[in-house]
Amino acid sequence: MALEINDLCVNCWACEPLCPNKAIFAASPHFEIDPDKCTECAGDYADAQCAEICPIEGAIVDELGDALNPPGSLTGIPLQLLAEAAGSAAGTAAKT
Amino acid sequence: MELPVISNSASDAGGCSSHSCGSTADQINQIPDEILQKVFNHPCYSEDAHHHFARMHVAVAPACNIQCHYCNRKYDCANESRPGVVSELLTPDQAAKKTLVVASEIPQMSVLGIAGPGDPLANPERTFATFQMLSEHAPDIKLCVSTNGLMLPQSVDEIAKHNIDHVTITINCVDPDVGAKIYPWIFWNNKRIMGREGAAILIEQQQKGLEACIAKGILVKVNSVMIPGVNDEHLKEVSRVVKSKGAFLHNVMPLIAEAEHGTFYGLTGQRSPTQDELQALQDACAGDMNMMRHCRQCRADAVGLLGEDRGSEFTLDKIAEYELDLEGAAARRAEVRDRISAELEEKRNAKAEAPAPKLVALDMSGVAVSTPLRTVKMAVATSGGGLINQHFGHAKEFLIYEASGNGVRFVGHRKTDLYCGGGDTCGDTETTLEQTIKALEGCEVVLCSKIGYEPWGMLEEAGIAPNGEHAMEGIEDAVMAVYAEMAAAGKLVPPLDTPVQSAA
Repeated sequence: MALEINDLCVNCWACEPLCPNKAIFAASPHFEIDPDKCTECAGDYADAQCAEICPIEGAIVDELGDALNPPGSLTGIPLQLLAEAAGSAAGTAAKT
Repeated sequence: MELPVISNSASDAGGCSSHSCGSTADQINQIPDEILQKVFNHPCYSEDAHHHFARMHVAVAPACNIQCHYCNRKYDCANESRPGVVSELLTPDQAAKKTLVVASEIPQMSVLGIAGPGDPLANPERTFATFQMLSEHAPDIKLCVSTNGLMLPQSVDEIAKHNIDHVTITINCVDPDVGAKIYPWIFWNNKRIMGREGAAILIEQQQKGLEACIAKGILVKVNSVMIPGVNDEHLKEVSRVVKSKGAFLHNVMPLIAEAEHGTFYGLTGQRSPTQDELQALQDACAGDMNMMRHCRQCRADAVGLLGEDRGSEFTLDKIAEYELDLEGAAARRAEVRDRISAELEEKRNAKAEAPAPKLVALDMSGVAVSTPLRTVKMAVATSGGGLINQHFGHAKEFLIYEASGNGVRFVGHRKTDLYCGGGDTCGDTETTLEQTIKALEGCEVVLCSKIGYEPWGMLEEAGIAPNGEHAMEGIEDAVMAVYAEMAAAGKLVPPLDTPVQSAA
């Protein structure tokens, strides 16, 4: 039972000091969770601390790959607008 | 008929080229002497100081404990100049070294601030380690910290320990219902708390923190982001509340929201305030609060005089190799500080001894004096010295003056490049000229030394009269001269919303 940080992570350090198991560490290109140490905060907190403070939707996932903070859940931005923004960002990137 | 120049202090050119940045006569003078003594060499707080002293921010605090609808933690761009944006995160050691290097190279350096890119007090170890090293190695440099306030009550003792005498709190509301529209969540007691409940805790902490700082004798400035339709009217109440608790300055800043920033406000089409709306709110708040009109909304890693950013000169490589001479650098700073302080003191004394404000004659011949004249805003391109001495196309910012029957006063500055310097690469469709004209909204005249053919036409089309006839003249005199011309031509009689033709 362990959580995972994916490449959406922006390396903001918010989660690192909160982990009760010291399972989170700075790495390149982004922070990682040591699966042997992670307990998903069971026994320490009601909710996984890294996922509670993480500002990036989708950056922390469980063993099934499901996001603990799915798109729109933190910012309140409607999914359609998020999709449009992602589309136009991809378009800009393709041009440059 | 003679009209007084309401705000009339001379100053040298610096990062800001203003002759007077407006905060002197009607704002800073309300501040008690003991506070003025503390802020006299702080470029962000003192109008006089920002022409002479430099500041820098170090980006050591990446983590944040709240989400604001105008912020996107994913966004970073070297071309952006706005709060919360940085290019490189520093460790406390790197930050302390960078500060000492900059303070050696730029002896005008008087202030080091930690403002993010997250919240400094959500990164207490990194923030206070940096402050600790600096108070040890460069005790003459003032330290300040800018926070969302959530962890401020718990941090006040630590702040007082590090001799940080300036704290800025960003307070956008004192009402949780308003807060719920600005803050989607906060992290509190090991839980993410959404919506109104989270906003209520944040507001309570901010107010407690403000009170605790004041009780400890720590100066508090309050920043507010003006969000039209969300907190614009409410900020007048915020101003009253924070002043009554002892904040010494209130800085109302415009929301920056573009779709490409990917923020909630950017993507949902929340608009930014117009320059006129911002000024009107600043005026409304100024009635019971000291306002701060020369704020430039710096990046969280800005370096140099206000209005300039020399951050790119101080790369990590250069900093790592640099050999410090702490004593020599401190001596150079002391020398510069003493020289500038003496100059400012002299200037203040001269002002105090001046018998009366300088008077500017307004030729009222041919004008029906019984009719009150309406107020006119004019933009001025200047590179300093209180003169109209800059080419329109070279102006990176314009100073805005307001002329009325009571005289002329400085009301603010407007950037032409706004916060993006990326040009074509950022996908902006507006040209620089279009942006500049938009920035001058609400102004009827723009005074400059020279102006090209194309901008001349576009300005006229936008209803702004270009004027190059007062090149090298003093700003206030020229503004009043143009105002007198407008009065003589009968352009000042009808109220703003009445077409000029109907009165002719």
